[in-house]
Amino acid sequence: MNNSSLPMIFLLLAVAGLVFGIGVVAISRRKARAVPQIQRVTPVAPVVTAATAAAEVATAVAVAPLSVRDRLAKARSSLSGAVGSVLGRSDINDATWLELEEALLRADVGVRVAQSLLGALQTRVKAKEITTPAQLIDALRSNMSSQLVGTSRDLNFDANVDGPNIWLMVGVNGAGKTTSLGKIAAQQIALGRTVLMAAGDTFRAAAGEQLSTWAERSGAQIVRGAEGGDPSSVIFDGVQSAHSRNIDLVLADTAGRLQSNTNLMEELRKVRRVAEKGAGKVTEVLLVIDATTGQNGLQQARQFTEATQVTGVVLTKLDGSAKGGIVFAIETELGIPVKLVGLGETIDDLVLFNPTEFIDALFE
Amino acid sequence: MFDNLSDRLGGVFKRLRGKGRLTQADVDEVMGEIRTALLEADVNVGVVRNVVERIRVQAVGTQVSEALDPGQQIIKIVNAELIAMLGGETLKITYASHPPTVVLMAGLQGSGKTTSAAKLAAWFRSQGRNPLLVGADLQRPAAVEQLRVLGAQIGVPVFSIAGDPVATAAAGLAEAQRLGRDVLIVDTAGRLAIDTEMMQQVADISKVVSPHYTFLVVDAMTGQDAVTVAKAFDETLAISGVILSKLDGDARGGAALSVKEVIGKPIAFAATGEKIDAFEQFHPDRMASRILGMGDVLTLIEQAEKVFEKDQAEATAAKLMDGEFTLDDFLDQLQQLKKMGSLSSVMGMLPGLPKEAKDAQISDDMVKVTEAIIRSMTPEERRKPEIINGSRRTRIAKGSGTQVSDVNKLVKQFSEMQKMMKRMGGAGGKGKKGGGRGGLGAMFGGAPGGAPGDIDLAAALGSRLPPR
Repeated sequence: MNNSSLPMIFLLLAVAGLVFGIGVVAISRRKARAVPQIQRVTPVAPVVTAATAAAEVATAVAVAPLSVRDRLAKARSSLSGAVGSVLGRSDINDATWLELEEALLRADVGVRVAQSLLGALQTRVKAKEITTPAQLIDALRSNMSSQLVGTSRDLNFDANVDGPNIWLMVGVNGAGKTTSLGKIAAQQIALGRTVLMAAGDTFRAAAGEQLSTWAERSGAQIVRGAEGGDPSSVIFDGVQSAHSRNIDLVLADTAGRLQSNTNLMEELRKVRRVAEKGAGKVTEVLLVIDATTGQNGLQQARQFTEATQVTGVVLTKLDGSAKGGIVFAIETELGIPVKLVGLGETIDDLVLFNPTEFIDALFE
Repeated sequence: MFDNLSDRLGGVFKRLRGKGRLTQADVDEVMGEIRTALLEADVNVGVVRNVVERIRVQAVGTQVSEALDPGQQIIKIVNAELIAMLGGETLKITYASHPPTVVLMAGLQGSGKTTSAAKLAAWFRSQGRNPLLVGADLQRPAAVEQLRVLGAQIGVPVFSIAGDPVATAAAGLAEAQRLGRDVLIVDTAGRLAIDTEMMQQVADISKVVSPHYTFLVVDAMTGQDAVTVAKAFDETLAISGVILSKLDGDARGGAALSVKEVIGKPIAFAATGEKIDAFEQFHPDRMASRILGMGDVLTLIEQAEKVFEKDQAEATAAKLMDGEFTLDDFLDQLQQLKKMGSLSSVMGMLPGLPKEAKDAQISDDMVKVTEAIIRSMTPEERRKPEIINGSRRTRIAKGSGTQVSDVNKLVKQFSEMQKMMKRMGGAGGKGKKGGGRGGLGAMFGGAPGGAPGDIDLAAALGSRLPPR
């Protein structure tokens, strides 16, 4: 036996024990103690740029049902292939089930959801309630729809709040938070609300610049802090400044973070808390999820909700070949409604989520 | 969190115990579990079908030996298969005889191209090269600005001109030649694989710079769509390799396997953190156990080796086994542990850790609390925690700014850990070098022998730590 390897093994073991011990202490500490302040706090120098109304922005909260379907259909659904093949048979057999399962899995709904959807149908097929492939497809479609309808998908805006409504954008890196925020700003302004953006992503290089561009395009005001500064204070300043100017809505951007990074999630928890310290109320926490996301999306939804009480999901990049099926799992398993869907790069391409269209797009 | 493969298989094999040979039906059940594990890791459905078939062929008729339990044997087969799939031909960067060596970055929006471009530039610098970054993402607001900031951080110049991305790329190449930079990295805008216009644009960029390497940046969290994307980009650009981004999260990263299998191009680099230097060459073996949800022991051992002194480690290990491990030693270990990186990342790499421990969100600040409690104890209390009575407890709690119940918990946990260690020490020899191996070996599910790199991963991953 090699001598050098042995102590390592011992140590790993010790580490495992230690970590476990710490874990138990930690769980109770977590609840009892206020979260330690994160990193150095750079003084925030709020820069408020006057809104330059951009002529190019002419938008309404456009829900263009036809074009949504068209755009979703552009990336030909994998399920449609399976549906065709299932319908092509005269009866329901093992191949039918396998094809349907694989089609659901390809759309990223996940093993558990796929199996529970099909499991329910298998019972009905056994009971002879469903006998033809066409009935089977219809039943699957309506089962899925019924799991998605009945949830309110309106963006929460409370006119009775003393101070501005605050909408917080959260999510992993590269999901599309800043872009979605820019589009939401333009749409809300078109609805006649006054909007201020708080550039809470102080981590990623040039995130503030990116948001400034969106502020100019949409005619929103913006409050920025120093790069590397404390996001909580930038957003707090944004809210204060919006309040003093009677602005209706603060859209707060945050830096992308992986939900497994505890420290960054604690930072986000603090952002959520501090945002409401003065006037104003957080009425919407939008978790931005990329349609290409796989099963990790469920974990994202869990952790971000735990930290910031997510109120809705924005599903971005649905105009690609990915189906975004993970939001089906997120909504049905965690009860977080999908509110908006991103279908392209222009401002009009962020539309209200329509469950029927979403499911139809999987089947057509 | 999803169950890892060893947990899944553990359940199946409990029922199969005592069988000398796996029957077809047993194998079916086992294959079902493997399939689910791979699907939950986001491995593409089609790829899963092929892998499971290949594993089945190897598993049918596997002789169930006395030495290894069947679960471990299967895991070994699965692990070996995944490593073979992920590895194979690796990408070795050779530099162009007429510099610059041109590298083109491509991928979907938000996959991490710009950050990866900067990390890659830093990597080239560490290899003694002088890269130039070209910002040809003129689509996303401030993308070039982002690249400039990152470039300034790592001391690599960034070139970009407003207007046309193709023209920028061409001018960037000329600029690299003019400045005598020997590596040119071209960052491009994110684009959807089905956007023909944008795909044409990146093809045009590729034409004007004739890259030696074209990297597709793939987010480790990508689901089933990864293969569609990889295929489309490979058809347009002839990808030379993949950069797997955001691997520091808790995604299993099955996309890596899918992409490798479908386009047959190596995964060259993996981005493992927010910092610029969190970028490394890809390790197929580690990825395999990650996909199976079974930790990353090799990385952990590598990090431990960097941090822990060998002699000290042996002394500590001996103490541990003899039950002479005090709170002072514990404090010492914590300090060392902190050097290995964030606790959550260490935890993530530990295989077979009890679920309760993994689910407990552990932040490094929590270590500080533990340290504070121990530091508020007298040397005698640290040596003999059993003397800590009510009034001592109150004092310690006050001194460390914690609650009495926290102090209680720490002391209790520590004594339980001590007992556990003593038991294990007793099972083997008496704390001599290698003496405790029996107990430990059992814990790690086999005989960890040889150099750290040679540890039988599959066997090591096969079992879990006993409950506390």
